[in-house]
Order: sequence, then structure tokens, then C-alpha cells
Amino acid sequence: MCAKKRANGDESGGGDPPSRTEPEGSRAVLEGPEISRALTRIAHEVLERTKGGEGVILLGIPTRGVPLARRLAERIERVEDRHVPWGSLDITMYRDDLRLAPARALGRTEIPADGIHDSVVVLVDDVLFSGRSVRAALDALNDLGRPRAVQLATLVDRGHRQLPIRADYVGKNLPTSLREKVTVLLDELDDRDAVLVGPAKPRNVAEGDR
Amino acid sequence: MRHLLSAGDLSYDEATQVLDTAKELSQLSGHSVKKFPTLRGRTVVNLFYEDSTRTRTSFELAAKRLSADVINFSAKGSSVSKGESLKDSALTLQAMGADGVVIRHSASGAAHRLATWVDGAVVNGGDGTHEHPTQALLDAFTIRERMGDLAGLRVTIVGDVLHSRVARSNVLLLHTLGAEVTLVAPPTLVPVSVHTWPCAVSYRIEDVLPKSDVVMMLRVQAERMKGEFFPTAREYSRRYGLDRERFARLPADAIVMHPGPMVRGMEISAEVADSPRSTVTEQVTNGLSVRMAVLYLLLGGSESAIGNQEAQG
Repeated sequence: MCAKKRANGDESGGGDPPSRTEPEGSRAVLEGPEISRALTRIAHEVLERTKGGEGVILLGIPTRGVPLARRLAERIERVEDRHVPWGSLDITMYRDDLRLAPARALGRTEIPADGIHDSVVVLVDDVLFSGRSVRAALDALNDLGRPRAVQLATLVDRGHRQLPIRADYVGKNLPTSLREKVTVLLDELDDRDAVLVGPAKPRNVAEGDR
Repeated sequence: MRHLLSAGDLSYDEATQVLDTAKELSQLSGHSVKKFPTLRGRTVVNLFYEDSTRTRTSFELAAKRLSADVINFSAKGSSVSKGESLKDSALTLQAMGADGVVIRHSASGAAHRLATWVDGAVVNGGDGTHEHPTQALLDAFTIRERMGDLAGLRVTIVGDVLHSRVARSNVLLLHTLGAEVTLVAPPTLVPVSVHTWPCAVSYRIEDVLPKSDVVMMLRVQAERMKGEFFPTAREYSRRYGLDRERFARLPADAIVMHPGPMVRGMEISAEVADSPRSTVTEQVTNGLSVRMAVLYLLLGGSESAIGNQEAQG
């Protein structure tokens, strides 16, 4: 079902020009300033939990985790004047639903030059849903090296976990129904910062299996 | 099930998808575990009726890097040397449940034939003098890495075009990707049907070199020649070989490619082959990424993302 979440994300980043009017039936639960405040808080929490950010690497899960990881790195740098390496971690080759859809295009994996060995990796994703993306990300990390610790930051936790996974840093807990979809829009990709909740169209299920 | 039988079957989008996927997969060398779990539990059979070290090991390693199980079937030392036909070998593989078959065969069209007999995806690893699509893909990948976009690039392919499956696959794929291809060869080594290919033909290498961004040298495939196509190797080399003087005629940023194996002193001089503008070893490295991409796109999902929907019998 995490495929559904991804597909929703893809949908918003698709060819249609973004518009200020929400798609039918959906409402914005977070707007730009709230997203910004949530990220600033997460940046502080990361610094607190990791005792000043020593050895921290932020890895965003494509597509929308990557700009979030970059924003977190900038905020940490602003607060503590410490450079935090950030990158992206593509999980396509590690997904558990590959066989359910035609082969997907790969995202980019970019790991800071020094590697992840003995570092504290903070995975960054936009929406935490079933937890399956995070499981795939943990497998991918395992093949990259051996971090000292792995933590998870997410902008939105919408519940409905299917695996024993939880986030260390949450921008907003958003109780949802399975009949709803959560879409994160980010300025870098969608020309606008917002988190939308709307009804999941029936066809989304099929799309999610893409 | 879809197959990769001809470079000409790939649309612009499909070819670009293979190259983009290969680009992401090429970064695997930075991983501590150089493997993806993606094709775990799938079986890839390398069915090689012709001697090949480079292509077979490249496909074998590509499949293993994706965690597939690999079976190597070579003509020597197998049931083939006992007289088994291609069809019977294919049905044997079918019975074993092969998900993908890579075939190299001396007969043109063998891969198409095989695709009508087996359920698994067939990858043409070179059939006779017909096609070698993964070679064309890795060449396109190498050009893209060195030169950027292929659109509008002038690519010159020099040598034994008549017996070359690499030339045909490259002409078709590079044309799809927007490059302008010129073939240069002695008139005896140009196929009769060349006017149907989307490329230009020239017989004088000197005229074409100054207008080339990429020069691809082909080996003279003496083992396929059933007749005399040029008087002596020395004369061929003097008229069509890439030596230091001809190399100097190329634009300063042009690159020299060779699908290998090279015959130094024949189609390419040692000096040119070892120049930093020669991409011969890069091509081998890129071959692995491209073949991983092809296997992933054919076998990774519920259905293939590229290739022929159905084989033409």
C-alpha cells in the first residue's frame, strides 16, 4: 500500500501545472509556514537527539523525501553552524511490490562522498504510511554500509502501519482513513508547499499498483 | 512476455529508459555490497552457441548483481555437441522454468525463433551477422556519458559492416536517439540492403573523419568471411585503419570506440587504442550496467517495461 502513497506523490508532481485551487474534495491540512515550522522543529530535535548532530547524514527517499532532507540540512546548519551531509536513497530495487507492476524507473541514489559507515543516518520521507518504503530503505542502507544508528524523520505520519516501524521525528501526526489519500506538495517540485488530504479515488488503487 | 531482439524495436522513450536506468545502476560500484536483491528467485539462462567471453561474462555478472540464478549453457561440452537442435534445447530450458534467456547464435534470426518457443524473456546476445542490441545500448550509453545528448551527434562507423551485427544495431539505435550515422567501408563490405538503413555511406574515411564526433571502429570478422573481400590485410589497414595520421584529422574532442576484441595494427593502431580519447575499456564497464538495466526492465516487474510485445515468427 505504500505504492499508493508514492503514486499519489507522483500524481501531484505530474504534467499538470499546479494550481492554488485544491483538487476536488481535498483540503489543505498544512500550508507553507506550518511545514516550515515543523521542519525547523525537527531540525532542533535531530540536534538534541544526536548531541549536536555529530556524524549525522540525512538521506531523503525519492521523490519528495530528497528536498525535505536538503531543507533539514540547511536548517541544522543555520541553528548549529555545523555542515550536515545530505543525499538521496532510492529504494526501487528493494521494494516488496516490484512483481505487482511493470518494472519501474529508478530514482537517484546519492550518498555523501565519505560514505555512511559509522554515521547516524536519518532517513527522510514525506509520508509515513504502511512502513514498507522504510523497510526497503533499511535493506538498501544495509547494502551501502554499516551506519552506527538509523533514525527516521517524516513530514506526515498518517498511520495504518503494516510493519513494526515508527518514526523518530514527525512533522505532523495526521489520523486518516484508508479511504483518504495524503498528498505532499513541495516548492522544489510543485511550486507550492502544502499537505492535502482528499478522498482516494477508486482508480488510485490500480494506479498505486503501478 | 516481452523480449529484446532488435535495437530497432526500442522506441526513443524505451531506449532512454534503459540508458537512464543503466546510469543509476552504474553507481553500484560505490556500494559495500555490490548486489541488488531485485531478481532474487528468478533464473537467467545464458545460451551461447558461439564463443564469447566478454558478452557472456558481462551478462552473467549482470544477472548475478541482480541476485538472479544463472545457468550457463555453451555449445561445447553440452547436449548441443551431441546433436540437439536449438528447439529441443529451448524446450529443455522451458521445462526448467527459465525466466530469461540470453542467446548468442551464429545464425541470424536465432533469437527471434527462440522467442516463439519459450515463455521467458529472450535477450538477443548477438545473432549471426544480424543484431547485437545490448552492444548498441552500451555504445549509446558510453557516447552519452562522454558527449552528453546524442541528438545531432555525428557518429561514423568504420570497417566490416557486412559481417557486423554491431553496425546494424548501432545504426538503428543511434538513429532512434537522434544521431547522424555514417558508415565507412570498402564497397565489398557494405551490405546490399544498406539503402534501407537510416544512415549515410561513404567509401573514403579521410572525407568523413573531420566531420565526426564519434568514430566506431569495427573488427574485420575473418571467421565469418566466405570469400575474398579485400586483397590483403595490409591494404585494408592502409585504407581503412585508424592510425595516428587519421586520428589527427578528427575534431579535438571526438572519441574513438571499438566493440572489441580489437586487432591492433589492423583496424586500429595501438597508439590510438591506448589514447585517452579511446573508450574501449569504458565500453566494457558500461556493458555491465546496461545489461543489468535490460534484465531489470525485462524481468524486474510483473511485465516487461521494454522490448517487443510479441516476437515475429
